[in-house]
Amino acid sequence: MLLEISDLEVEVEGKKILNGVNLIINEGETHVLLGPNGAGKSTLFMTILGFPNYKVTNGKIIYKGQDITKLETHERIALGLGVTFQNPPAIRGVKLKDLLKIVDKQEYKSNDELDEEVIKLGERLKLNEQFLERDVNLGFSGGEVKRSELLQLLAQQPDFIMFDEPDSGVDIENVELISKEISTLLDQNNENSQKGGLLITHLGYILRFVDATHAHVLIDGKITRTGNPEEIMTDIRKSGFGEA
Amino acid sequence: MVSIKDRAEKAVNKQAAIGADIDLNEYEAADVEAHRHIDSLDDLTKSDKETLTSVGMMTDEEDRSASFLQMDQSEVFVNNMFPGVEVMGTAQALEKYDWLADYMWKAVQVDADKYTATTELGAKSGYFIRSLPGTKLELPIQACMYIGDDAVRQTAHNIIIAEEGSEINIITGCSTAAHVDNAAHIGVSEFYLKKDSKITFTMVHNWAKEVDVRPRTGVIMDDNSTYISNYILTKPVRNLQAYPTAYANGQNTKVFFQSILAGKDDSVIDQGSRTELNGINSQSEMITRAISEDQSTIITRGDLHGKAHEAKGHLECMGLILSDDSKIYSIPELRGDCTDMELSHEAAVGKIAEAEIQYLMARGLTEDEAASMIVRGFLDIDIKGLPEELAKETKNIMDLSMEGM
Repeated sequence: MLLEISDLEVEVEGKKILNGVNLIINEGETHVLLGPNGAGKSTLFMTILGFPNYKVTNGKIIYKGQDITKLETHERIALGLGVTFQNPPAIRGVKLKDLLKIVDKQEYKSNDELDEEVIKLGERLKLNEQFLERDVNLGFSGGEVKRSELLQLLAQQPDFIMFDEPDSGVDIENVELISKEISTLLDQNNENSQKGGLLITHLGYILRFVDATHAHVLIDGKITRTGNPEEIMTDIRKSGFGEA
Repeated sequence: MVSIKDRAEKAVNKQAAIGADIDLNEYEAADVEAHRHIDSLDDLTKSDKETLTSVGMMTDEEDRSASFLQMDQSEVFVNNMFPGVEVMGTAQALEKYDWLADYMWKAVQVDADKYTATTELGAKSGYFIRSLPGTKLELPIQACMYIGDDAVRQTAHNIIIAEEGSEINIITGCSTAAHVDNAAHIGVSEFYLKKDSKITFTMVHNWAKEVDVRPRTGVIMDDNSTYISNYILTKPVRNLQAYPTAYANGQNTKVFFQSILAGKDDSVIDQGSRTELNGINSQSEMITRAISEDQSTIITRGDLHGKAHEAKGHLECMGLILSDDSKIYSIPELRGDCTDMELSHEAAVGKIAEAEIQYLMARGLTEDEAASMIVRGFLDIDIKGLPEELAKETKNIMDLSMEGM
C-alpha cells in the first residue's frame, strides 16, 4: 500500500473542510478525484503535503507504512511525495533552473551547471535551456506553467504524485503531451509500477489520455462515491455531481 | 563674488533637507598624514584585506585597471595599471591640473548642507578618476574609502571625469575596519560625462553598526552619455542618507540607478535617486529593492523630473518587510514640466507571499530555506549595461555581501 488516508478531518482557518475522508492508493494505481468547486479537493492535496495552515483535527495519513500526519512538508517530499500545482505563484528572481536544481537528486554547488539529463527533459517538454533561465511562472503561458510543473516532477522522480488540474487552460496539443508525461511519471506502461497518482480534474478530458484506475467523487468534504472512472464520468456528464 | 570657501563657512551648521541631523563634532577629523603609504595592497593586515574583499576591492588587483585606497583621511595606495585612465588623489590632481578647479562643486553644491561644507573646509582628500577621450576599458577601476580608527570623521571629495567617447567601469567599496564601531563618512562625488561617454559605477557599502553616512553625489551628463549606478547596502549602519542626482542635460542621455538595500538591526537608511531629464530624448530608469529586518527603517525616495520633449522615466520600488518592528516607506515623485514626455512609477511594499513559501516547500525546502530563497531572488536585480565578465563579478560581489541572509 502506497498511501492510506483514514477518517481525515481538516480545518482551514477554523472552518472544517474535510469531514472524514477515507482513501487507499496502491502502487500502480492512478486515482481521479472529482467534485464541485469548494468540495475540498485541493484541501486534501495541501493536507497530504502538510502545509501549516491545514490543521488535521482527526484521522491519519500513512505513506509507505509510515504515519506522516505530523511530518513537515519537506520531510514528506524527501519520502517521495510530489505535486503539480494548478496555479503556482510566480517568484521574482527565482529561476526555473534554480528549482530544478533543488528537486534533482544530484547535489549542486552554487555555481554548478544544470545536469544535461534535466536539460534534455526540458527539451522533451518543449522548454528549452533559455526558458529554464526565466523567473519561475513569471509571464508563463497556461501550457508553459503545466509543462514547467511536470518538468520539475520529472527531475524529482517522486513515488506518489498529486496532479491538481494538470489540463486546465491548456490547448489540445499540449493536453496530449502533458498526458504522455503524466503516464511516464507514473510508470503506467510497467505492469509492476511502484508509483501511484492522484489527479484532480474538472473536465475529465485528460482521462482520454491518462489511464485512471479508480475515481472518487468528493462532495462537502466527504467521498460520496468510488468506482470505475468511465462510469462515474458518464454519470456526471449526464446529471452533474449531485446524482453521481 | 562669494568664494567657495565663504559659501562653505556659511553652511557649516546648515541642516540637510532630509535625514537626521548628525552632530559632526562628535567625531574627529583625522590627520592626512595619520596613515603612511603602502607599496602594495598585500601589505595590509589579513583582517583589512578580508574587509576590502567583501566590498569588491581585490587586494591582488587581478582584473583591475587601477586602484585607490583612502584610509581615514590619508591616501595610502594608488596604482595605475592601464594607459588611458588616470587615478590619483584629488589634492594632487588639483595641483597637476589648473582646469580641475572648474569641476569642483558644479555637480554638488558646496553649501547644500553641513556635510558638503565640512568636506570643503576639511583636509582635501578623495580620488580623481579621468578617462581620456576614446578610452574604452572593460577592466574596472577600484576605489575604496576605508575607516581605520574609531570616532573618525572621514571626508572625501571625488571627481570622476569621462572624456568624450570614453567608457569606464568603477567599483567602489566603503567599509570600516573590523575593530571600528563608530565613525562618520561624508563622501562627495561629482561625475562629469562628456559626449558619447559611459560610466558604470558599482558601490558596495559595508559599515559598522554605529556609523553615520552622508554621501553627496551629482552627475552632469552631455549628449549621448550613459551613467549606470548600482548601489548595494546589506550590512547594518546607524544612519545613512543619500539622494544622488543625475542631470541628464544632453540629448539621448541614459541614466540607470539600481539600489539593493537590506535594513538590519537599528539601521536607518534613507536612500533615494533623482534624475532631471533636461535633454531631448533623455531617459532614466531607477529601481530599488528593499528588505527590512529587525528594527530597521528604510525610506526609499525617487524623483523623476521631466523637462524636455521625448524624455522618458520609470521609477520602481519594491519593499519586503520581514519583521513587525521594521518599516519601509516608499516615496516616489514624478514631475512633468512639458508635453511629449512620459514618466511612470511602480511601488509595492508587503511581506513574503505565503503561496510562494509553500510552493518552494512542496519542492523540498524548509520554510526558512524557502523564505531565504525568495528574499535572495527578490534582491536579484539584473544588472544592466555591464560587460558579461563584469556583470558576473558584480553578481558575485552582491552574493558575497548577501551571505548569511
